[in-house]
Amino acid sequence: MDLPHHGYRATKQRGRTAAPTDSVLFDDTSSAAPAMNNQAYYTPGYNMGGTSNDMQGGPGANNLFTDPMANAAMMYGSSLANQGKDMVNKEISRFMSVNKLKYFFAVDTRYVLKKLMILMFPYTHQDWEVRYHRDTPLTPRQDVNAPDLYIPTMAFITYILLAGMALGIQKRFSPEVLGLCASTALVWIIIEVLVMLLSLYLLTVHSDLSTFDLIAYSGYKYVGMIFTVLCGLLFGSDGYFVALAWSSCALMFFIVRSLKMKILPSLSSDSMGMGSSAKPQLRLYITVATAVFQPIIIYWLTSHLVR
Amino acid sequence: MAFTLYSLIQTAILCTNAVAVLHEERFLSKIGWGVDQGVGGFGDDPGVKAQVLNLIRSVRTVMRVPLIILNSACIVLLLLFG
Repeated sequence: MDLPHHGYRATKQRGRTAAPTDSVLFDDTSSAAPAMNNQAYYTPGYNMGGTSNDMQGGPGANNLFTDPMANAAMMYGSSLANQGKDMVNKEISRFMSVNKLKYFFAVDTRYVLKKLMILMFPYTHQDWEVRYHRDTPLTPRQDVNAPDLYIPTMAFITYILLAGMALGIQKRFSPEVLGLCASTALVWIIIEVLVMLLSLYLLTVHSDLSTFDLIAYSGYKYVGMIFTVLCGLLFGSDGYFVALAWSSCALMFFIVRSLKMKILPSLSSDSMGMGSSAKPQLRLYITVATAVFQPIIIYWLTSHLVR
Repeated sequence: MAFTLYSLIQTAILCTNAVAVLHEERFLSKIGWGVDQGVGGFGDDPGVKAQVLNLIRSVRTVMRVPLIILNSACIVLLLLFG
């Protein structure tokens, strides 16, 4: 798939709009006439119910489906459901933009497989640029470098289940421990994202890293954690340390290469005059500090599972 | 170090309280972190110190009333449930 690089810019000013609503990239049909869909869904139900009941010869059920009162009640119910759905959507979209969130979950199998391979072995991946298409970033389906939230979410849940299993194998399991493990991991993600946001704000780094991007990059470490815990369970403590070293190096490389493109614009080819006035070595420190933090947190969150 | 979500909320409230009690004229001006000392050059990239001072001033302005409500709620809950 060869997309032309028009509209290519390494950084974007933060004041630009959110993801546009031209849904060429997302195939988003959920906002297109749901009432029509619901009614179209109900009439085949009528027909199927009607014909099957005709074949069975049950007059009571037949009356229910052809009764105009039941008809009207069903339509009223479906319109109520639509109103409820619209209201919920409106309330949620006041807090976070649902379109922006949908962008992060637009993945497919090929993307997930390639991304997992890059996370575990990033040394052969050549092109780390996030490609743009007319000033909007491409969805993960079309660009393997785009961050997504599907892998971090699934990896987080898998990590919690794996932690429960590891504790169960060592006969140290209880349901409270599972909840504690989950909330500890969640709190560490929140702390890391807040520290990243704070440092990016203080150094006035005008990158287009949104909060969701940072959550995505923080969540990629769970893939490494799962791999480490599995090796620790299968191969004992030696396997644990080998897998820890491997996934730490891979993850550090991945984070540095991915964030370098976004935080350090002065190293790219077309730097404008005002980009690098905020002491580029501080930006380098941020990137390196993020990378070094990953193995520490992986060790911290998994060492108690593999004794 | 096992964290619960409740300890995160506690930490957030404590940190915000700490930033909110920094008094403008008794403390910040004395150590050179006052409001008038923040805006230095008018370039397009203020330095780290200007950003920090900006952040402190905005937290104090924005979070004053919500902190009052949150702290009162915390006090009541701690009195009732220990």
